[in-house]
Amino acid sequence: MIQFNQVSKRYPNGHEALRNVNFTLENGEMSFLTGHSGAGKSTLLKLICVMEKPTSGQVIIDQKNVGRISRRQIPFIRRNIGMIFQDHRLLFDRTVFDNVALPLIIAGFPHKEIGRRVRAALDKVGLLSKEKLLPIMLSGGEQQRVGIARAVVNKPPLLLADEPTGNLDPELSAEIMNLFEQFNQVGVSVLIASHDLGLIARLPYRVVTLKEGQMIHDGLQQIQGESYE
Amino acid sequence: MSDTNSPKGAQFSTGSTFFSRLKMALRQHQSESKKGLIDIFKAPVSSFMTISVLAIALALPAGFHIFLKNAQLVSAGWDNASQISVFLQKELSNTEVQSLKSELEAYVEIAEVAYISKDQGLKEFKELSGFGDALSYLTDNPLPETFIITPTLAASTPVASGLLLDKLQSLPQVEVAQLDLQWVRKLYSMMAIAERAVSALGALLGVAVLLIVGNTIRLAIQNRREEIQIIKLVGATDAFIRRPFLYSGLWYGVFAGLMAWIMVNGSIYWLKEPVRQLAGLYDSQFQLSGLSFLEVLQLIAAASGLGLLGSWLSVGRHIRAIEPG
Repeated sequence: MIQFNQVSKRYPNGHEALRNVNFTLENGEMSFLTGHSGAGKSTLLKLICVMEKPTSGQVIIDQKNVGRISRRQIPFIRRNIGMIFQDHRLLFDRTVFDNVALPLIIAGFPHKEIGRRVRAALDKVGLLSKEKLLPIMLSGGEQQRVGIARAVVNKPPLLLADEPTGNLDPELSAEIMNLFEQFNQVGVSVLIASHDLGLIARLPYRVVTLKEGQMIHDGLQQIQGESYE
Repeated sequence: MSDTNSPKGAQFSTGSTFFSRLKMALRQHQSESKKGLIDIFKAPVSSFMTISVLAIALALPAGFHIFLKNAQLVSAGWDNASQISVFLQKELSNTEVQSLKSELEAYVEIAEVAYISKDQGLKEFKELSGFGDALSYLTDNPLPETFIITPTLAASTPVASGLLLDKLQSLPQVEVAQLDLQWVRKLYSMMAIAERAVSALGALLGVAVLLIVGNTIRLAIQNRREEIQIIKLVGATDAFIRRPFLYSGLWYGVFAGLMAWIMVNGSIYWLKEPVRQLAGLYDSQFQLSGLSFLEVLQLIAAASGLGLLGSWLSVGRHIRAIEPG
């Protein structure tokens, strides 16, 4: 699903965000990405969804080298990736329903199909009763779940989440992680960037740790005792 | 990477068929033209002002065009006034005059030959000149026999009537042939200049329309910068993001065209009565004519074309520049 071969990323201002990273996420795998803020987590996610291109090395998504694809192909890669952001990135002038429907409208689904799929996604995240509300009327946790519904509504094979539990209390965080596990159980590959080590430690998944742009740990668990932030 | 023999987990989608894409495109165009329209009505006051400016820019050349069209209608009547007065030699006998008349009537260029005898001419001159009694003191009639010749329509152009004039002048029986068309020619060349000036003005104002629409759309894009970033992140193509803005430009053009039509025909309606009165004073049945149905269609088509082009010029560059980060 995702393969990084000796990937480095240097920004125009000279900051070297990733150094020689090798990393593979198999189809149907769920994995955490951890590290201090500034360790390169966000850059790694941006490389996957083609918001940035690598300075050197290869980023291969679904057998396509995204460093080489043309501008025109980028949207079609992104349609296969559900993205979840810490700041939710919702459209505040549209209802919850319209926000979740966005990926389907872009892909040109028929009207009836959109209604059906949006309600299924909202039901999954427990917000079916709030479809007519504007995002501003929802709590932070609810907004995050709207973001998740939007990410999964077109059933992408890959989910990326950048600090999805960043602003949430432990109980809500656990709920959100539980949602990701459910998606993973139906075959979706999931990559979650998070520094919430307490939460990660309770879950039996692979953890990849970045430090100053380099990969310092890759495997099941454990960085216990250590704490970021 | 995935093992092709035993695929595990969900796969990337392989795309779509031609027909599913066609259906999808139609559906999107329908909803986006609506969206472009809604965007205009979301800010009714500023949209109204923009449309008014566009309409004025369109109404000016359209109005001048109408002015010229009416001037041509008026002067078309004067074309028939391109008559040639032929004054004959004095010593011609009555039979010679009559035979010349039938000879001239046979010319292909000549539609009609009217004969004014010298007595008749003197009588008319007495009536019209106001010299009246003073002319009675003349012992002799000083006027020549005269033909008033009306050329056919084809021979009425400045060049053709000039040729006919030379031909008549060269006849031995003719003393002087006169074509008093110099002023009509001057009027025609003035109108030709005015026509070009209107075209130039139209072109300039067309560019103004492009710039106004382009700038309006640019501002609309900047106002929705964040929205565009988010939509790009969930996989929208540039074309998808462009379309509502293109439709907005098109709608601006359509509305501006309609408003320009109302402005032009409103002015015509307002001028109609005074013009009719003026024409009445000149014993003319002339009436101002407004934009014809075809001209209205042309106006609206040109306006929407300019609106679409203006937004197209602006949209590509500005949407490309907005990338999620």
